[in-house]
Parts: sequence; structure tokens; C-alpha cells
Amino acid sequence: MTELSILRYNPETDDQPRFQSYEVPCREDWVVLDALNYIKENLDPTLSYRWSCHMAVCGSCGMMINQEPKLACKAFLRDYQGLIRVEPLRHFPIERDLVTVIDDFMAKLSRVRPYLIPKDVKALEAGEYRQTPAELKRFKQYSMCINCMLCYAACPEYGLIPKYIGPAAIALAHRWNQDSRDAGREERQEALAAKEGAWECSFVGACSEVCPEHVDPAGAIQQVKIRSTVDWYQEHLMPWLKK
Amino acid sequence: MSRRPYERPITSEWIFRHPRYVRYMVREFSCLFIGGYALLMVVGLERLSQGPAAWESFLQALQAPASIGFHIVALAFSLYHSVTWFNLTPKALPVQVGEEFLPDGVIAGAHYAAWVGLSIGLLWMAGVF
Amino acid sequence: MAKSNKPIVWGPFAAGGTLTAFLTPALIALTLLAGLGEVPGALSYERLHAFAAHWPVKAALVVVIGLSLWSAAHRLRITCYDLGVRADAAVAAIVYAGALAGTGAAMLYLLRI
Repeated sequence: MTELSILRYNPETDDQPRFQSYEVPCREDWVVLDALNYIKENLDPTLSYRWSCHMAVCGSCGMMINQEPKLACKAFLRDYQGLIRVEPLRHFPIERDLVTVIDDFMAKLSRVRPYLIPKDVKALEAGEYRQTPAELKRFKQYSMCINCMLCYAACPEYGLIPKYIGPAAIALAHRWNQDSRDAGREERQEALAAKEGAWECSFVGACSEVCPEHVDPAGAIQQVKIRSTVDWYQEHLMPWLKK
Repeated sequence: MSRRPYERPITSEWIFRHPRYVRYMVREFSCLFIGGYALLMVVGLERLSQGPAAWESFLQALQAPASIGFHIVALAFSLYHSVTWFNLTPKALPVQVGEEFLPDGVIAGAHYAAWVGLSIGLLWMAGVF
Repeated sequence: MAKSNKPIVWGPFAAGGTLTAFLTPALIALTLLAGLGEVPGALSYERLHAFAAHWPVKAALVVVIGLSLWSAAHRLRITCYDLGVRADAAVAAIVYAGALAGTGAAMLYLLRI
């Protein structure tokens, strides 16, 4: 048997969150999500948490497991010794139990315009966009983001500066900036090159370390910083140059 | 059903929550010693501009235990800065050759090679060997 | 949300960080050796003074010292914020002013050499 200590919070009855312990069977192949499902089905139906695919592609089940941001469906019980502490994803307000309020991230995501902004709108009859494997490789890894927000939980700057647009939003903007079909970089710069954009990052690198899809948002952010810096000096020192 | 989201307070304890944050802070603290050493260079220039006697007394002061201590600690921190900087450079400046990106090790390795070459060159020109 | 002017401070920081990564360890080694009694030949008054008398060398020294101080100042500013010091504008003013003052002093002394 394994003991899970879970941070509970009921907005209708509690002033503050508090830990509650549960004993669950320790199956060889179980992940923390299996333990949570066991608790909900057998011990305590009031436990609330988000989950969906159970295979690390939907990004729903992000939570703090022994103080580390992880996907509950990817954290195997056998990898932990002793008590397992489960808390809602850090740096987000707690809605209830392990469910966080993710409105801030959703707003920031839409601010970076994470969609194709082509130079000219192409008529359907004109056919497909063509892209070489090299052009695909330029943005592929950044497209792997599953919006799980583990990076926001890991980023100390996001914790300290709530207005910071954050790793995933920047990585997703970068994904489109790097796409050969796209012409929207200038539009996205409004959000990215702003004070609360890429500039709040101090390259801790925690985001890339916890990312389950190996997106490397930290790398994306530095690339945005460098590009924005080159832009700035060009704009201010050589304004006659067209970008 | 009423909503009452709870915001967990932020304290400085995040630094100790995982070794990666401690390593980050160590890297950031290197600025005190690198900046400190730059200030030492400024003082050195002052002494150099004041004539041979002032410069000799500067060289003498470098022999003080506090100075040796500072130099050793500063060297350790500056090496840590160099290593972390070169290791992170490939992330900030990816190079695509054909379809593939150059491996991180190649870009970082080139920086290390240049660093070693430059350092040896500098020390040799200064007459260390 | 307007585009930030952060590149003004970040550009020199990145340049300084790169410069110090390449140069600072060897420089520290030079004065450490001097401190241990093994003064490198180039650090004798005659040779160093003659070396620093050349204008390209003076310019290079200003660049090295200036960028080193600036990148250290910028990092110190971030570190203060990370440690919970909220008065970022005040910290920034102090650290950047310090870096500029140090660079100005270096220029002054170099003019006398």
C-alpha cells in the first residue's frame, strides 16, 4: 500500500487548503492518476481533479507531485518512496481540490495569436501550402506543446511576476513565427516584445526541464529575445532598413 | 455554487525546492564576483595611471590573503558562468544545416575550444609561460 | 501593450555575458598568479603601462570593463528581484549607475595613462 497526501480545498466550506491522506494499493503499473481514480471510486467521491487521455497527450492532469510539476498520468507510483504529496499546479489559483483556475494562461495564449497569419489569404483553388522537411523541422518541436502548463508551475519568474506571459505562450508564438507559411511575426511582437513578454524570462530553464513533450520553451524564449533585440537596434539605429 | 479561488502565497522558498533552482541562483550570484573583478580592474587602472610606486603597491595588495581568497572564489564562480553560458548558447542560437540542426554539443564544443584557445593565447602573451 | 525598450539593457548584457564567459577566467588567473608571487611579465609596470598607452588597447579595455560591469549589474538586478526585492526601478537605477560610474572611472584613468 502507498500513502498519498492530497491538498484539498472546498471553496464553500474551507478558508484554506489542507492535506488529506489516503492509502491506495501500490500496483506495479499504476500512475498517480490511477491512484486518484481509485480514491475517487472507492474512498472519497468528493475528490476533484482534471484528467482525460491517461496517455500524456491531452495536457489535462498537470499537478505538483512531491513539489515537482508532472502529468499525473506519467508519474509512476513505483518511482516514489514513502509518502506521495499531490498538490494542484503551482502559480495558479485553486478552484477546488486539484483543479486550478487556468483563465490567465488561456488569455495569454490568445494574446500571442497562435494561428497561421499568412501574407495573403490563399484561395482554396490555389492548392496547398508546400513545405520542405527542413522548413517543417524549424518549428516542429514547438508545435508539440500540449498546453499542460507544467512550465508555468516550474517557472519562478511566473510565480514572482503574474503578468509574465509565460513559457508555453511564447513557445507557441515562436512555433508560428518559425513556420514558413506564416507572416504574422510583427503582429505577435506586440505581445512577445512587451515588458511582460519574453523580457521577464531570466533563463532559469526549469520550463524546458519539466516539459513532457520536450518543446524546450526556454530555447524558444531566448531566440525571441535575440530576434527582438536585433529588431529594436535595427528600428532605432537604422530605421531606413525594411525588415 | 459559489466560486472562491484560493491563491497560494509566493515566498522565497522556491529557491530550495529543487536543485535546479539552487544551481540557477549560484549562476546568478556569479555576477557579484565577475562584477567585483571588473571593479578590481578599474582600481588597477587607477594605480597604473598613478605611476610605478602606486602600481607596485597594487601588486603587493594582490598578495593579501583576502585578495587570494577573493580570486579563488571569483575564479570558481567565473568558470561556472562560462560553463553555464556555453552550455546554454546552442539553445539560444540554433544552427540549421540542411534539414537537421547542429547538435548542441557541436555549438557548445566550438565555444569551449575557442575559450581554451583564447585563454591559453592570453596567458602566453602575458608571459605566464 | 507597447514593445519594450528592454533591448537597451539586454543587448549589452548578452554581449557582456559572452565576453566575460570567454575572458574573465584567464584575466582572474593573471592577477591570481601575481598575488601568489608569480607576477606575469606583462603585468610589470613598464610593459603594462606601455601596452595601455595605445589607443586601440584603451578602447578595448573600456569595452571589456564596461560590458563586464553592465552584465554583472543587470544580473544583480534580476537576482534582487528573484530574492523578493520589489523596488525594481530603484535597484535598476543603482546597479546601472554603478556600472556606468565604474566604466567612466576606467575611461578617466586610461586617459591619464
